[in-house]
Amino acid sequence: MAATRTRVSSFSRNVSTVTSQNSGLKHGPNGTIFLSSGIPDLDKILGGGFSLGSLVMIMEDAEAPHHMLLLRNFMSQGLVHKQPLLYASASSRDPKGFLGTLPAPASSKEEKTRDHTHEKDLRIAWQYKKYFGDPQLNISSNNGAQQDYCNDFDLRKPLDRHYFSGMNVDCLSIQDSSNLSSLQDRCSEFLSQFSSRNEGNISSAGRVAIQSFCSPQCKYADMEWHMLSFIRSLKGMARSSNAVVVVTFPPSLLSPSCSKRFQHMADTLLSVRAIPDEDKEMAKLLTGYQDMVGLLNIHKVARLNTQVPVILEATTFSIKLQKRRYLVLECLNQAPVDGSTGSSYNTSSGCSGSTKAGTLDF
Amino acid sequence: MEHKDLNLLNEALGHHNNLYGRFLLLEDSVDTSAAFVLHQILKRSFSSHPSSAVIFLALSNPFSHYDRILRKIGCNLAAQRDNNRFFFIDMLMLQCPDEGKPNHDRFAAVFEKIVRVINTLPQDNKKFVTVMIDDISFLEVAANGSLNDVLDFLHYCYTLTSEYGCAFVALDHKDIYLNEEKPAIILEMEHLADILVKAEPLATGLAKDVHGQLMVLHKQTQHQHGISPVKIHNFHFKIKENSIDCFYPGTKI
Repeated sequence: MAATRTRVSSFSRNVSTVTSQNSGLKHGPNGTIFLSSGIPDLDKILGGGFSLGSLVMIMEDAEAPHHMLLLRNFMSQGLVHKQPLLYASASSRDPKGFLGTLPAPASSKEEKTRDHTHEKDLRIAWQYKKYFGDPQLNISSNNGAQQDYCNDFDLRKPLDRHYFSGMNVDCLSIQDSSNLSSLQDRCSEFLSQFSSRNEGNISSAGRVAIQSFCSPQCKYADMEWHMLSFIRSLKGMARSSNAVVVVTFPPSLLSPSCSKRFQHMADTLLSVRAIPDEDKEMAKLLTGYQDMVGLLNIHKVARLNTQVPVILEATTFSIKLQKRRYLVLECLNQAPVDGSTGSSYNTSSGCSGSTKAGTLDF
Repeated sequence: MEHKDLNLLNEALGHHNNLYGRFLLLEDSVDTSAAFVLHQILKRSFSSHPSSAVIFLALSNPFSHYDRILRKIGCNLAAQRDNNRFFFIDMLMLQCPDEGKPNHDRFAAVFEKIVRVINTLPQDNKKFVTVMIDDISFLEVAANGSLNDVLDFLHYCYTLTSEYGCAFVALDHKDIYLNEEKPAIILEMEHLADILVKAEPLATGLAKDVHGQLMVLHKQTQHQHGISPVKIHNFHFKIKENSIDCFYPGTKI
């Protein structure tokens, strides 16, 4: 860790000055500004967080509510930073009540213990660190600023009431509305607060969270073109504002072409998947299978103002709960299979032997 | 200058003025975006001729996005816009309402705007106009799924290639239509296109050094010297901020 910190260049120093002005925002490359997703690991993977003006879409798993984990942390992080929030839910009639289930940021003491255990875990692998020249580490390593930018959330502790009793939280249920016009009006009204885009001087950023868009409880669920044009206009509005819009949707309920259209519209596209509880095959293949809650797939990372695609080292991550409290994402690690290494050596030697024989024949 | 621009993509697309009077269709998928080809063609068309002009129908990204990207490639869109060589038609929020004004009025208005822009250009500039659409699938969404209106609009745009000798470049997402029974739009566009460019991910998945593969297909055309045969170019690409690397499979150093 220390080695990477010394390597940090002027870039990250710049970052820390910005975050001190406005915690919760961070400058990224190409004139983009990041805000945190509420999950430190996800921020690292995405290269800093969600960029302002982007549309993030999360594809739900029909069998598990893992998208709610991401959405809760995203909303909590915004509330902790006092960023205005618009929350629209299609699955509950009482969206205000949902705010009571948001996780609270972990206290610094607990966080320390967490860091400690984290380092213990890494002890075996720390030597390899220098071989990964990944830039993502740089972002994580400016510790002082990072704690402000992104918190660890304790999923067992509800968020303090004072965070969301203020005026900057707007909730609505879209279950009973027969069309999307009311939601569209609310979104455009909300996003227009952040529409002034004067470079470098941003007072605050907004977050919009729409849960289970196009779930069958909604009366508009059979009007695919309406939903598409809503998301398109939402994307257009978000692009010209200092806000991040996160929409979760169940792709299995849509026609394949409609789901593909959604995926094309998304700037950042994630999907979550549950893992079966006792899949012995999988348990043999992957280490730490017991602790996994689900899998997160990253299909697309926003590329605003650039044409270069973001190619990640891995696109599938396991969602784990550390101490049953903190959400962490980890790369999948293949478990060593008994005796397999030996046999692979055998085959390779056999292979070289055969080639030798071939040259002799020649 | 000439040497710098010489990469496989430009070679595959043909000579500088090759695109005028033709229709180029770009196809991509969720995994591999082909938007970078649009940027390349945009730059190419500005450098092809001192009086060339581009009309850009933007449905997926705002001007600032393209301005930043093109500036890194070495082309100042804001300056070109001031010189009346770049016409950016912002259609990000274009939405055809259900009632009241029918769809085709909206699209007709856009098309009239394009024609008006072409007509205001000086006489010798008219021959070097490129019309670009950055996302056909968004046109369909804007029309609330009314395919006929979109097809009409695209056909009208296509007529510009013969009427004014414009180049017409459009991007669409192929994977949207894979499960449809009769994907009229993509089929008709593929039929009309003179040059087809397909961007696909590698079969082995994404890699850091190779971002995908391109297939450029020139259809058989008839001209005064006879018939030119179907030409297919296949190569891999890597996108960088200021350029793209194109190379044949396996030749990357």
